[in-house]
Amino acid sequence: MRSVWALAVTAALSVLMASTTTLAGEPKQGGTLRMYHRDSPANASILEGATYSVNVPFMGVFNNLVIYDQHIAQNSPDTLRPELAESWSWSSDNKKLTFKLRQGVKWHDGKPFTSADVKCSFDLLMGKSQQKLRQNPRKAWYNEVNEITTSGDFEVSFELKRPQPSLLAMLASGYTPVYPCHVSPADMRTHPIGTGPFKFVEFKANESIKLTRNPDYWKKGLPYLDGIEYTIITNRSTAILAFVAGKFDMTFPTHITIPLLKDIKSQAPNATCVVEPTNVSTNIIVNSSSPPFDNIDVRRAVALALDRKAFIDILFEGQADIGGTMLPPPQGIWGMPKDRLETIPGYGPNVNANREEAKKLMQKAGYGPDKHLAVKVSTRNLAEYRDPAVILIDQLKSIYIDGELDVVETANWFPKVARKDYMLGLNLTGSSVDDPDQSFYENYSCGSERNYTNYCNKEIEKLFDVQSQETDTNKRKPLVWDIDKKLQEDVARPIIFHARAGTCWQPYVKGITIMSNSSYNGFRYEDVWLDK
Amino acid sequence: MFAYLVRRLLLMLVTLFGISVVIFVLLRVVPGNIVDILFAAAGYVDPADKANLEKELGIDQPLIVQYWHWISGFLRGDLGYSYVSEKPALQEILPRIPITAKLAGLALLFSASIGIPLGVISAVKQGTRLDYALRVVSLSGLSLPSFWLGLLILTASVAMFGQMPIFNPNPQTWLEAFATYAVPAAAVGFRSAALTMRITRSSMLEVLRQDYIRTARAKGASEAAVNYRHALKNAILPVITVIGIEAAFLIGGLIVTETVFNIPGVARFLVEAIRWRDYPIVQNLVMFIAVVVVVANFTVDMLYAVFDPRIRYTD
Repeated sequence: MRSVWALAVTAALSVLMASTTTLAGEPKQGGTLRMYHRDSPANASILEGATYSVNVPFMGVFNNLVIYDQHIAQNSPDTLRPELAESWSWSSDNKKLTFKLRQGVKWHDGKPFTSADVKCSFDLLMGKSQQKLRQNPRKAWYNEVNEITTSGDFEVSFELKRPQPSLLAMLASGYTPVYPCHVSPADMRTHPIGTGPFKFVEFKANESIKLTRNPDYWKKGLPYLDGIEYTIITNRSTAILAFVAGKFDMTFPTHITIPLLKDIKSQAPNATCVVEPTNVSTNIIVNSSSPPFDNIDVRRAVALALDRKAFIDILFEGQADIGGTMLPPPQGIWGMPKDRLETIPGYGPNVNANREEAKKLMQKAGYGPDKHLAVKVSTRNLAEYRDPAVILIDQLKSIYIDGELDVVETANWFPKVARKDYMLGLNLTGSSVDDPDQSFYENYSCGSERNYTNYCNKEIEKLFDVQSQETDTNKRKPLVWDIDKKLQEDVARPIIFHARAGTCWQPYVKGITIMSNSSYNGFRYEDVWLDK
Repeated sequence: MFAYLVRRLLLMLVTLFGISVVIFVLLRVVPGNIVDILFAAAGYVDPADKANLEKELGIDQPLIVQYWHWISGFLRGDLGYSYVSEKPALQEILPRIPITAKLAGLALLFSASIGIPLGVISAVKQGTRLDYALRVVSLSGLSLPSFWLGLLILTASVAMFGQMPIFNPNPQTWLEAFATYAVPAAAVGFRSAALTMRITRSSMLEVLRQDYIRTARAKGASEAAVNYRHALKNAILPVITVIGIEAAFLIGGLIVTETVFNIPGVARFLVEAIRWRDYPIVQNLVMFIAVVVVVANFTVDMLYAVFDPRIRYTD
């Protein structure tokens, strides 16, 4: 009899536990997600923005034609999902991409969404519309798009000059929301209207950004949250203390440095924290248009002098990645495998041997123990630029280069680089989409506005086009690796490391996935919920 | 007295005009404008886009035209539009002024209410342990940067109470309201309190050695009456001067305190505006601060006459 009772009690407890587990796992409606924002964005227009400070708070206001699955950390061609488009198809010659659009979708002001809005958005991006964006930093993404055509209210096609499968990847970026035709770019900067899960409420510069639930969202039952509130806190110490004190449910994504992460874990042990690559590379820009870096030997010596592991150990306590232009695997889709990477001069594990070779190159160029080369190492006056620049200067000493830190205010950094008023610079390059087209054309093609070093190699540029048109990912990868290797060997823009950063949230915040190969694409937050 | 007042008012206007020119010129001397910053942040420059934006914002016009547009608008009460938020500058600045005013007022109150009594006590108890202790406190107040003190307070709050007094725009309880302003005001006012205390102490020491104090004591006046009615009244003049000057310097402390405590006041807003080279905001805000400082100095001068009947402004 006793065993029967015990069995019954055990069974009852099991049922109770099972039901509790189910309840805890089921998303709950309601609540406001409170997050701090690292700075005050210039405005609310994602299409004009060039920092994820705009994407994070405003991505939830919009939808794209397609989007990366918000719950798979690695963005890849396999994780593309339809959003405002219900489906898409390529023409047989891969020069026309057609989207069937979702019907019944409404803008936040009640007007219906149609194919005209898609055409307007991309005409705006391509600079073909009457209205102009104040800034259009990603115009080059659509260089291969000839025209946008519509067929009825719910079909739109991108007609390309040549096949470019990566177009879909760029359309899935958090940087590529669809804008309404009937709202001007100026109004979109101050009061954005979208079709997304959250409606814009207010943006008080340097103070806060507020979004509220869109009750008419076309995905029934979503979003779970009543709203999201971003409090702008520019002081990182204050922001982190506030998170630890429970004032915020979540830190700003990928805002926590590795050393600070340890503090958070010790002060808020229940917080969930993840560390992911940001797909931002720290690299060296070399002014090859004037002496001494017009000499390829001196440029190669600089690349050979790098002890990448030392950078990573000092700045990230070992948690960052060594790679070429493309983010290295496993998080990066297109990065070179380690064995291939180590065949590039300077990437081998024997730093001393690399530096000996570098010294020989320096001596060949006329420098040595008695004749050091004095250079200014220019960089932006931000910690993530300054800190590695100091380490770089220290490492260059080993090859007869005496570096002097030249800290430049943000306002003057780009004009200085653009007018080639630097010898050696330490720079950061972010990739919003983990795709070679975005990286290669933007940073290395002849005449590109963001090709700061004016590196120009027509042979490589042909290879850019070859890989760009390849539709088979497996065939495209080796092409990309060859290009990446060549770029490193040419010292086009020596990559030092790929950074990682942390994000933390309170244990009751559910449904957050931090993207592992982009810091720009994972903030729709439509199915984030609070288990309170 | 009337002629003196008119002369001082005219001098104020000339000073403000000079300040307006200096602000305007200095802002243009600093390398880079908002267009440079926007394009620097985007990492590219499209010359056509850049020219369009400069034209839209009016920063392509000759400096003298830009100055005239600003100053004539300022005199009419039209402060223009913020380059960043594209909202009227007045709409951006006005809601932030009461926040900073409350903070600054509380900081000055803290400074006076702590600094003056402690300064008096320190002087009266000269050479005692209490005096030494108070002097250490005042020295630490002068030595601790307010941003560091602010961070220390926040860290201690989180470590000891699991809470932190971060800005709350809609405090529900008096305790929240108190924490919203009083703690940051104390952080920023601590330095002023220390300075006030030191000045009060030295001024009191000087006065306490005067013959009339001895006379007052000989007459049988109580210690409190001697210290506060006879000594402090005469020792207070340099303290008022210092508090007046501190009111002007407070803005420097407020900038960091507003940042550390995340208070959306004008001081932090000014720093952000400078970072963006948001000329309409910076010019108008600095002018506003200049007006406050000039008026505060004028008021202090007038207060001299009230506190010290020997001072009379004549032609």
